[in-house]
Amino acid sequence: MTQYKDSTIKNDIKKAQKVGDWKYLSPEIDAKKCIGCGNCISFCPEAAIKIRQNIHPEKNKNSKGIASVDMDWCKGCGVCAVECPTHAITMKKVN
Amino acid sequence: MNQELTKKLAPGHTTCAGCGIPVIVRTILGATKDPVIVSNATGCLEVTTTIYPYTAWKIPYIHSAFENAAATISGVEAAQKALLKKAKLKKSAKGGSAFGGKAKLVVFGGDGGTYDIGLQSLSGALERGHEFLYVCYDNGGYMNTGGQRSGGTPLGANTETEPAGLDSFGKSRNRKDLMEIVKSHGIKYLAQANVAYPNDLAMKAKKALETKGPSFLLVLQPCTNLWKFPTSRYVRLGRLATETNFWPLYEIEKGNYVINYVNKNPKKVEEFLKEQGRFKHLFEEKNKKVIKEIQKSVNGNWKKLVEMSGSK
Amino acid sequence: MTNKIYKVKAMTGGTAAAEFLRQAEPDVMAVYPITPQTPIVETFAKMKANGKVLTEIIQVESEHSAMSAAIGASAGGVRSVTATSSQGLALMHEMLYIASGLRLPVFMYVSARALSAPINIHGEHGDVMGSRDAGWIQIFSENAQEVYDNSFIAMKLSERVKIPAMVIMDGFHTSHTVERMNVQDDKTTKKFLGDYKPEKSLFDFKDPTSFGFLALQNSYFDFKIEQAEAFKEALAEYKKITSEFKITFGKSYDYFEKYKLEGAEYAIVIAGSASGTAKEAVDKLRSQGKKVGLLKIKLFRPFPYDNLAQALKSMKGIAVLDRAISLGAYPPIYSDVVNALRSADCGLPVSSYIYGLGGSDILQDEIENVFEDLIKWKFSKEIKYLK
Repeated sequence: MTQYKDSTIKNDIKKAQKVGDWKYLSPEIDAKKCIGCGNCISFCPEAAIKIRQNIHPEKNKNSKGIASVDMDWCKGCGVCAVECPTHAITMKKVN
Repeated sequence: MNQELTKKLAPGHTTCAGCGIPVIVRTILGATKDPVIVSNATGCLEVTTTIYPYTAWKIPYIHSAFENAAATISGVEAAQKALLKKAKLKKSAKGGSAFGGKAKLVVFGGDGGTYDIGLQSLSGALERGHEFLYVCYDNGGYMNTGGQRSGGTPLGANTETEPAGLDSFGKSRNRKDLMEIVKSHGIKYLAQANVAYPNDLAMKAKKALETKGPSFLLVLQPCTNLWKFPTSRYVRLGRLATETNFWPLYEIEKGNYVINYVNKNPKKVEEFLKEQGRFKHLFEEKNKKVIKEIQKSVNGNWKKLVEMSGSK
Repeated sequence: MTNKIYKVKAMTGGTAAAEFLRQAEPDVMAVYPITPQTPIVETFAKMKANGKVLTEIIQVESEHSAMSAAIGASAGGVRSVTATSSQGLALMHEMLYIASGLRLPVFMYVSARALSAPINIHGEHGDVMGSRDAGWIQIFSENAQEVYDNSFIAMKLSERVKIPAMVIMDGFHTSHTVERMNVQDDKTTKKFLGDYKPEKSLFDFKDPTSFGFLALQNSYFDFKIEQAEAFKEALAEYKKITSEFKITFGKSYDYFEKYKLEGAEYAIVIAGSASGTAKEAVDKLRSQGKKVGLLKIKLFRPFPYDNLAQALKSMKGIAVLDRAISLGAYPPIYSDVVNALRSADCGLPVSSYIYGLGGSDILQDEIENVFEDLIKWKFSKEIKYLK
């Protein structure tokens, strides 16, 4: 019987291109300044940012959490840095 | 990656760094809990999300050609009707059905695939009244092929096929009023939105997806690559578009116009144009009249919109 | 056990097609009007309006959208059909390749008609020949009975090998001409066709699928080879399905029809409604003791090169009559026949004739003259026009 195994494809993240390798600028988040507003999360084209728990409440009273970038998928566009209201994100040249 | 946001569209697509199209897609798909099937016209979104062997789509998806995303979804909608009929028959016969609930049908097409080559099939699908949401992500040109002009390109823009030069100031005509074209089909809900205003977009997506029959969203998507601005600024550009009234946010619900965002002191359209390389030539002395023309047209359109909405 | 339950009805090719669709009851049909396909869709639409079928009919706004909608529905895992002719087939041309590349068993009737310009609404094979590279199964029909019977075979074959299929009838000559034919009973028809059980569907939400991806230089070639392999399979499966057809309905069909080829020295190869006239010519010449015969093309794509060569290799000479013109080259069936014979190392002479373009008549004595040319050993490299 005909194998049309490949006329369609299914999502398999292992097959994705490593778009994280594109960047020459990488976002660095200053945990002390982040207020966990989620702006960067809303506007990141790659959905590479999520909130992680604030594990240093003594450094930052923000209880919402701190933004954290997944470097595998971040293309280094810099939108997060521009949209952050507290300028907690800076784009640094990748080594 | 953000698990919540990537339930329907995964990362790893090859959109340009700083492209807002995925944000539009995720916002709209996130506006419903029902299963969704996507039909996509050839273009930026389609090419970047489905390069063999990878697909970023975690929901059922079909791309067939450039001009027929709406015709394709018409077939899917008919298939759904047929399956629901069969399930009903099976249910009554055996007490169980293989096919579950009703899926939402969403079409994504760029301005090229909607204003121009896709206009006929969109018009046909709207006229037939299929239940689907058509989302046009409008970046003002055929961007996937390198920035050629489309029927959605604004006046004065420099594009590859209608370039600015010694004898030309770029696009010589205004873009089509796609909202009015779609509205004239008598559909219950359509809205103009902007990727830079995701909450407003989400509200509109929800309303559109709950509409019985066809619905339409025209969403501005500033293109960092071909509008020529830094990769980090699509949100800024989007905001400027609305703050200058170049791209008002409004809805047309059952024929009634509702403006969602009123600028008390709208910025001059120059503020929007000067940020983009594609309008750089308009700031030469000989082309300044075009900026005046654009401002006039923006003012005129806003005035018309205000009149239609019955507000002051 | 042959099934002898059938009704005798007076039908045209168009109404016979509609009758098959009534029995097959596809889930979705996309319709756009074009002469001479209209009787098919109009008859079926009336059936729907009178509650005889539950098919969802989409009245699309162009033939391109008709094929697009049929593709969307087929990807949704349901049986989907459409019908067209000429300009409509030409307009949906890119979508034919796409239906094939997406491996969707879309089913279509083509009431074959000439292509513009000049515009002509009458029967010939120019339109379907223009689509012969698009990756569709193509089966020609001589008359309304064959339109009906071919539909069973085409639909079943298409679903089995995941290749879209078109059943071809001559515009007006077959689509609009009434003849007496046998119609099978609904129950056996439905049993023969079975339920369409696709492996993948847009309505599978547990294991979602993306249809229509981009394949770069490193993979496109392989997908085409995969399609080519499927066409080889289709050639084999066609035989199996015609056997199943014989078992169920008692009628034998093959890749082509051999008419009085036994002991023939000269043969004509022809497709479509003019085959009937050609058979009359064969009968008349045979009654005069002339050793002539006819091979009528049915399955055109995939083309049965080997079998055709076997059937014709014992001839002294052949004429191929094409009802289509391939400007700047030899016509389609002629080209495939010559290929078949040369591949089988047969050097027998083959002449090319073109007839019936734009619906022009072909008369019995014209075909008799073709045979006379063969018998007189008047072969030619030049294409001859019968008009």
